[in-house]
Amino acid sequence: MSAPVYIAGLGAISGIGNDVAENFRALQEGRAGLSAIRYLDTVHKNTFPAGEVKSSNEELAERCGWMGSDSRTAMLGYLAAREALDDAGINGSVAYRTGLISATSVGGMDLTEHFYPHFLANNSGGKLRQVVEHECGAVTEKMAAALQVTDFVSTVSTACSSSANAIMLGARMIRNGLLDVVIAGGTDALSCFTLNGFNTLMILDQQLCQPFDQQRRGLNLGEGAGFIVLVSEAVAKDLSKPAYAKLTGYANANDAYHQTASSPDGTGSFLAMKGALEMSGLKASDIDYINLHGTGTQNNDASESTAIRRIFGNSLPRMSSTKSFTGHTLAACGGLEAVYSIKAMEQQCLLPGLRISKPVIEEEGVMVNEFTNGIPVKNILSNSFGFGGNCSSLIFSAI
Amino acid sequence: MFITAASAISPQKSFRNADGFTAVPLTEGNRLVCAEPDYSSLIEPKLIRRMSRIIRMGVATAIDALQQAGVTDPSAIITGTAYGCLEDTGIFLKRMVENKEEMLTPTAFIQSTHNTVGAQIALMLKCNAYNNTYVHRALSFETALLDTMMLLKENGTSQVLVGAADELTDQSFIILERFGLFRKQPAGEGAAFFVAKASPDAAIAEVKGIRTLINPGTQQVEDAVKTLLQTHGLGAGDVQLLLSGRTADTAMDQYYNVVEQTIGNEAAVIQFKALCGEYPTSTSFALWLACNTMQGKTMPGMTNASHVRYAVIYNADKSGYHSIMLISKC
Repeated sequence: MSAPVYIAGLGAISGIGNDVAENFRALQEGRAGLSAIRYLDTVHKNTFPAGEVKSSNEELAERCGWMGSDSRTAMLGYLAAREALDDAGINGSVAYRTGLISATSVGGMDLTEHFYPHFLANNSGGKLRQVVEHECGAVTEKMAAALQVTDFVSTVSTACSSSANAIMLGARMIRNGLLDVVIAGGTDALSCFTLNGFNTLMILDQQLCQPFDQQRRGLNLGEGAGFIVLVSEAVAKDLSKPAYAKLTGYANANDAYHQTASSPDGTGSFLAMKGALEMSGLKASDIDYINLHGTGTQNNDASESTAIRRIFGNSLPRMSSTKSFTGHTLAACGGLEAVYSIKAMEQQCLLPGLRISKPVIEEEGVMVNEFTNGIPVKNILSNSFGFGGNCSSLIFSAI
Repeated sequence: MFITAASAISPQKSFRNADGFTAVPLTEGNRLVCAEPDYSSLIEPKLIRRMSRIIRMGVATAIDALQQAGVTDPSAIITGTAYGCLEDTGIFLKRMVENKEEMLTPTAFIQSTHNTVGAQIALMLKCNAYNNTYVHRALSFETALLDTMMLLKENGTSQVLVGAADELTDQSFIILERFGLFRKQPAGEGAAFFVAKASPDAAIAEVKGIRTLINPGTQQVEDAVKTLLQTHGLGAGDVQLLLSGRTADTAMDQYYNVVEQTIGNEAAVIQFKALCGEYPTSTSFALWLACNTMQGKTMPGMTNASHVRYAVIYNADKSGYHSIMLISKC
C-alpha cells in the first residue's frame, strides 16, 4: 500500500495567469490577481475585490474549442487538466488505465443562477441548457469527454478541501492497483451564489485580504482550476521526462466542531497534518515549507496557526498563503496550491505571502514575505481546510 | 466488504421495518416521496427543525445503522449524493434573485454545500475520522463504496459508515420533468446508510465486488457481469435475485436484457425503482433491499426470500453510467 505515487504533470489557471508558467511568474514577481469584479454580473462588483480569471466566457470557450454554452467551471477545469496531461506527455499512445478525479463546490451554478430568475417568474421559463451542467458531476463529465478519459471518472465535493481529497483518492487508486494515471485536482468558477453566501457569513474582506496578518479582516474569493497528473512508478519510468516529485503523505480528518467555523484548537487541521506526516515517515523538522490554507479570516488563520504550533512546536518551517495572490478558489485551491508547491520544489524557492505587516506567527523569518531563491526545498506540506470540518493535508517530496 | 447494518428511508415504509414491507402506491402523481419516520428517538427535536429533509434523512439512517451495528465511533464517514442539498440551494437562490443580492441570511447557504450530510453526521458523533463526499451523478454511491473497499484494504480493522442521500424538491421535480425524465417512470428520492468492515463476524451480507462502466456497449456489460461472477466462482444460474434498475422507460432495455440473459432464468427479477423511484443514488436503496433479503425479510414481488444466497444489483443510468454489484448472504 506504500507504493510511490509520482507527479508527472501540472496545469493551472487562476486570477494570476492562464497557465502554470504565468502563475509562477506572478508569484515570482509578487503580482496579485485581486481586483474589482469585472466579469461576474453582481451588485457587489465594486464592494468586494476578487481573483477572477481575466477572460470572458467567450474567450475561455474559444481556448477550449467549445461552443460557448458550457459552465465556466467546466472550461476552467478542462484548460488546467488539459495542460497537466500535455505537460506529462501523456497523449493516449499508450493505453494506461486513466482516471479523472475532479473537485468542485459550485458545479454549473454560474449558469443555473442565470436560469433561475426566468424559472421563478414562470416554471416553464428559462433555457434548459443552462441547467444541463448544474450538477457537479456534469461538469466533470464534460471535462472527461473532452479529455477522452473513460476508465474512471469521479467528482469530490467537500467544500474548500475538495481538490486535496481528489488528489488523495487518485493516489490511493494508484496504490491499490486500480489505475495507472490519474488527472486529479479541482475547479470552481466565481458565482453570485458563492459570493452572496460568503457575504452572509460576513467573512469577505472589502480590501485586499491579508492572510496570517494580525490585522486580517476576511477573505477575497477567487476562481480557477489546478490539476496534477499522478502516475504509478511504472508509468513514471515510461514517460519521456522525469517526474516532478512524489506524493509521500496525505490525510483527511474532520474537525467535528461547527458547520462553518474551525475549532479554536485546530483539531481537524492538526489531525490532517499529523496523519500526512505519519504516512510520509518524515519528522516535522523535515518539512521545509508549508503552503497554508490561510484564507485570511480571523477564525481560519487562528485555528490553523494553533494547529501548526501543536505539530511543529518551536521549530516552525517557513510558510505562506498564496491566497494573497489568487483569492480563495474554494474547491480548486488544493489543486492550485499543489501546483504552486511542486513548482516551488522544482525551482528550489519559497513563495511569498503578500501584505503582511504584523504576522500572526511573529518569529523572525517564519512567514515568507518575498520570493526567495536558492533554498533547498525537499518536503512541502500543503493544507486545505473547509466548511463541514473537512480538513486535508498533502505532502510533496523531492525524488 | 461485509455489511453489518443497513438503514433506509425511502418512499416505502423501509425505516426500522421489522418484517419486510408491502409496496405503498404513488401518492403525488408521478412522484414517489419519502415516508419520513418520527425522528425524535434519534435526533434532538431542536436539531431536526433546523435540518432540511435530505440532512435529516441522511443523519437518521446513519445514526440508525450505527446503532444497529453497535458502533459509536466509525473509522470513516463516506457519503454519495448526486444533487446535494437541493432544498437549501433552491431557497438561497430564490432569495438571492428576489432580494437582488441584498439582505440575505446565511442558514440556507451554509446547509447547501454538498458535504453537509457527512459533516452533520460527524458533528453529531463528534467524529474526527476520515470524511468524504462523492458527487458524481449515478456513480456517487458506487464511488463511496469503492473508497470504503480501499479503506478496508488499507486498514483491516476499520468500521466505515457509508451511504447516499438525494432529495427531490418541487423545483427539481419540475426541472427534471421538463427534461422528460419522468415521462415513463416515477421520480424518486431516498437515503440509505450502511456499516461496512473487512471481517465477516456479525455481518448480514457481503458486497463481493463492484464494477462501474461509463458509456459501455452491451458486450462490455455482458463481459463485466461474467467476469464479476467468475471471479467469485459463480456462473449463470448461481444467482437467485437480480435487483434491476429497469423501468418502463425502454431506452436502456438492451442492457437490462443482456444482464438478465447473462445471469440466467433462475434469478427472480425485482425492478427496484418501482419501489423507490428514479434518482441517481437509487442503487443505495437496492443495496438496502439486498441486505434485507439476505436477512430473510420479504419485499413486494418476493414472498419467500430464504433461498437467496447471491444477488446482483444492476443499474444502467441514461447518462451512461452503469454499475454492477454482487452481494452474498452471510
